[in-house]
Amino acid sequence: MKLPGLKTFRHGVHPPEQKSDTCNAPIRQFPFAPLLALPLGQHLGRPSVPCAAEGTPVQRGQVIAEADGDFSVPLHAPATGRIRRIAPMPGIAGRMVPAIYLEPQPGSTQEVADATPCPLETATPDEILAAIQAAGIVGLGGAAFPTHVKLRVPEGRVADALIVNGAECEPYLTTDHRVMLEQREDVLLGIRYVLKATGARRAIVAVEANKPDAAAHLRAALDPGGPVSVEVLGVKYPQGAEKMLIQALLDRAVPPGELPIAVGALCINVATCAEIGRLLPRGRGIQERIVTVTGPAVVRKGNYRVPIGTPLRFLLDHVGTQGELSRVFLGGPMMGAAASSLDISLSKGTSGVVAFGTEDARASQPRSYPCIRCGYCVDACPMFLNPAQLGLLARNEAFDRMADDHHLMDCFECGCCSFVCPSHLPLVQSFRVAKAAVRKANKP
Amino acid sequence: MTVEVLTSVGALGGLTFVLATMLVLANRRLHVEEDPRLDVVEEMLPHANCGACGFPGCRPFAEALVAREALPSKCTVGDAAGHARIAAFLGVDVGLEKKRVARLACAGGSNVARFRAHYDGPATCRAATLVAGGGKACFWGCLGHGDCADACTFDAIHMDPHDLPNVDEAACTACGDCVEVCPKDLFSIQPQDQRLWVACRSLAAGDEILDDCQVACTACGRCAMDAPNLVQMQGNLPVVAYAPSQTTREPIERCPTGAIVWMDAERGARRGTHARPVARRTALGDAPT
Repeated sequence: MKLPGLKTFRHGVHPPEQKSDTCNAPIRQFPFAPLLALPLGQHLGRPSVPCAAEGTPVQRGQVIAEADGDFSVPLHAPATGRIRRIAPMPGIAGRMVPAIYLEPQPGSTQEVADATPCPLETATPDEILAAIQAAGIVGLGGAAFPTHVKLRVPEGRVADALIVNGAECEPYLTTDHRVMLEQREDVLLGIRYVLKATGARRAIVAVEANKPDAAAHLRAALDPGGPVSVEVLGVKYPQGAEKMLIQALLDRAVPPGELPIAVGALCINVATCAEIGRLLPRGRGIQERIVTVTGPAVVRKGNYRVPIGTPLRFLLDHVGTQGELSRVFLGGPMMGAAASSLDISLSKGTSGVVAFGTEDARASQPRSYPCIRCGYCVDACPMFLNPAQLGLLARNEAFDRMADDHHLMDCFECGCCSFVCPSHLPLVQSFRVAKAAVRKANKP
Repeated sequence: MTVEVLTSVGALGGLTFVLATMLVLANRRLHVEEDPRLDVVEEMLPHANCGACGFPGCRPFAEALVAREALPSKCTVGDAAGHARIAAFLGVDVGLEKKRVARLACAGGSNVARFRAHYDGPATCRAATLVAGGGKACFWGCLGHGDCADACTFDAIHMDPHDLPNVDEAACTACGDCVEVCPKDLFSIQPQDQRLWVACRSLAAGDEILDDCQVACTACGRCAMDAPNLVQMQGNLPVVAYAPSQTTREPIERCPTGAIVWMDAERGARRGTHARPVARRTALGDAPT
């Protein structure tokens, strides 16, 4: 159903928002953990290559691992201290991943090292993209896709509109909300950088209607008739998905298997934009990110500016937890990743930490029953797939048919189908298995 | 009335005649000469269509046999008598193909290996792996949901009481379905007479891994020291060189955890004398947090 006056996409679901605990909590600085663990592959693409040896002292903001080619970004020291060792650590995906262990120096002033600035007025588009890569900026909404690759407009294409994603449709998360309220100038400066780098003529900041204060605050700083506008969207999950935003704002459909640039659009997360505006004028790199730490089991819920590489265990100890922890999600509960170990650390892509105790988790674990063909999932799927049919095929492991006849690879795993299923079938879970199998089979 | 009946009978009869003539001509003209032995040989094969021979199925393998491009023993499903029958019929050698079997590079059942998290979703290894690796404390270890046992066409894999797959080497045909399906890549196809086997995939070095799994390889390198020609350490794991029918058990004797084993034909995996015995029958519980 479309609300009058508010743009949105068709289908989707309305999970409980759960944002009231943290949406009014100002961003606070988080302390340094005694030992920071920085995985070299915090972004999509090739992992960074360490360029500082074990035992060497480093200054906060100094590059400690370089980008490995174009589809990669460097890693900056989040604290002044000493590199303890370069060794594997448990990764978010449940594998041991190479990492740099950094021990912050107690009593240091933690002065940040500046490098070559990239002034907006004089820099060329290519210089801006290079500066974005040098700053180690990746999509901070969760995907951690290298931003300079995303913003590069391919030969023969034109970027007509830049969509700045402040929808934040995931339940519990409020980082983008706080960034829009507290870092307005950074966001707007970042947008100007990105507009110059991509050649797009206009930028639309998309904000869901549940954040009217953020929309009003941004609007107050805009010139009427300028290239930047703020658009308030209906509250619905997954409004913040790229294809849904483009559908809602530009009324264009991105063809299957294509990127948004195929319809002249580029999407960038509002927090990523803010980092561009904050770091580029001083030539700095990402050392910390804003994380919403919340959930029923967390005592001091809030939005924190957390140094990259802070161990999850230290983070949860510091904010305090009540009762026995049962489930911890990195990112929101809909699309986030469940953590299997508290020894992993926060990376550039972690937008939130949501912790549940034993009782909350037990309530969310109902038994599943056979599909009753009610079609709720069909009405929920924002990609207009048929999750019921896909689910039956997945049961029979007919992965090829799912991909060839039922557009399996268009599923972006938003989880709406599993959310609405009255039989509690693990639909999106089985599609993830199927997608992994198809990818494995197609690998040369 | 009569005319109408006659017309329709005539028209259909004529059409039948014309089409039948075309079929007869096509049968003569487009006839493909096929070796009559092909059908006989295919009939002798086990019809498993498993592909373990390296051909897409039993029929293509029969074609290769008749064309003498392959020897009967390549069929891993058939037994020796079956191979001999085909060889006698075609007048070829049986071939020297060794029996190969699937082997699991993990010994971390629930009685010796811990869990760091409980996985609560669909009970398959492939679904569990996608949720932060599945919750086994050892990042490389078997998750024990039995995708391999489900995938096995020949009923050669059974889950033991500690949720570890057990390969029945007599029934295993080396078709490779378990290799395909295991998300942790723990299965591989090995010659059956390769008795030395490293039942661990952990790349961790040092005794820390023993907190997670009591039978893990700690990369101490004793096996490589005791049989330098046979075993070499590569990336914190011993790698055994294949030596047909070699009988030395030396490398397994001093292994402190029993990670390198001797796959005995009758008695299954045998651990060395220095390995700490595993007496526990119940689950070990969760990893300390």
